[in-house]
Amino acid sequence: MLAKRIIPCLDVKDGEVVKGVNFVNLTSEGDPVELAQKYSNEGADELVFLDITATLESRNNVVDLVKKVAKKVFIPFTVGGGVRSIKDISELLIAGADKVSINSAALKNPNLLNDASNRFGSQCIVLAVDVKRTGDSWNVYSHGGSRSLNINAIEWIKKAENRGVGEILLTSMDADGTQAGVDLEITKIISDMVSIPVIASGGIGTLEHFKDAFNIGKADAVLAASVFHRDILPIDRVKNYLIQKNIQVR
Amino acid sequence: MIGVIQYGIGNIGSVKNAFKFLKFPCVATGSISELSKCDRLILPGVGAFQPAMEILKKIGMDVFLDKWAKEGKPILGICLGMQLLLSGSEENGFCKGLGIIPGNVLPFQKSKRKVHMGWNKVEPVNNNFLISSSAYAYFVHSYVCQPEDETHIIAKTEYGDSFASAIQNQNIMGVQFHPEKSQDYGLNILRNFANASI
Repeated sequence: MLAKRIIPCLDVKDGEVVKGVNFVNLTSEGDPVELAQKYSNEGADELVFLDITATLESRNNVVDLVKKVAKKVFIPFTVGGGVRSIKDISELLIAGADKVSINSAALKNPNLLNDASNRFGSQCIVLAVDVKRTGDSWNVYSHGGSRSLNINAIEWIKKAENRGVGEILLTSMDADGTQAGVDLEITKIISDMVSIPVIASGGIGTLEHFKDAFNIGKADAVLAASVFHRDILPIDRVKNYLIQKNIQVR
Repeated sequence: MIGVIQYGIGNIGSVKNAFKFLKFPCVATGSISELSKCDRLILPGVGAFQPAMEILKKIGMDVFLDKWAKEGKPILGICLGMQLLLSGSEENGFCKGLGIIPGNVLPFQKSKRKVHMGWNKVEPVNNNFLISSSAYAYFVHSYVCQPEDETHIIAKTEYGDSFASAIQNQNIMGVQFHPEKSQDYGLNILRNFANASI
């Protein structure tokens, strides 16, 4: 049986890992390659690197970082943040990334999802979606959660699946950085709707949050940052807990 | 020297990185004359069956690999690379494969998700030097290999159906998962392949 995945997210800024609360107030957390190795040894199933500066200058730094990580870490990893074109994707994959996540650029030009999936295969194209609840529905945000768009999250994700993306990285902006648990409602709606894996993210703070994201949210994977970076919940402890709760993990 | 066959887009780098990490000399190339100098080969691959097969034929790799296999030299197919070793695939209509191991490539029948992506358990079914223990490995695929000869299956995995996650016919081997992305378990399988006296 397929195991549920635990994925540490490493937000990268100027070559260092950072994590903010509600996407602001960044604090430096450490060297990305060292952290990647540490997490791999502790039992991380995958890693996500997110370039939060995502400027043209930072592009080369990220490619260098990917090359370094690929030489030392033998679990799959995804790279995202400022991915705008087929050329960006190609560079990251050649440097050693297994998957690339696309967010704002796909909202601006949805055809990028078709082109990327056709060219590189659905398995390496992840759609990252930042959502925020407004009344009874969820809206999509772009540019690292800073720009509100009048796009319904459920409709956007359904369209993206049809365009060929291989995985959904769903971040609840209300929950992100609060350590109050992922938004179980939208996670479950999306997981039930799509036939591709869903990674739940935003707000993980306790062991129960992991369990609920799998059992109630029906997620295939959970992504978290600060609980891992600050050693609040080491990965092996999370996995032992999930095993006790009869959730299949590696 | 281990030769990683380079024939288009795919994460060739990670296989090479893994052998380098394990300290085995390794070259990634699409040149048949360079590959002829190697003593074992890796056929990697991601993406769809038909375009991959077209490229292999275009660069004469199909003829070269057929000869290689008949000479009894070791080759390991990874993911799509494993599938290409078989007679043919039903992915997007029928397409002929390399035909080095008799059998066909079919879609999953019973699984909820059409793509099998993530970590799943590999259970060895026959005594073999490649896979000696059961553990989790990393998979990304939507089609599975069904060898004609059941004894060619050396490991199985459950995903709705039970399918062949590794195959071997003497010097010809294939793994459906990515050993180069399966941490220590996968690295050990690559080491076993590199050390095997066939």
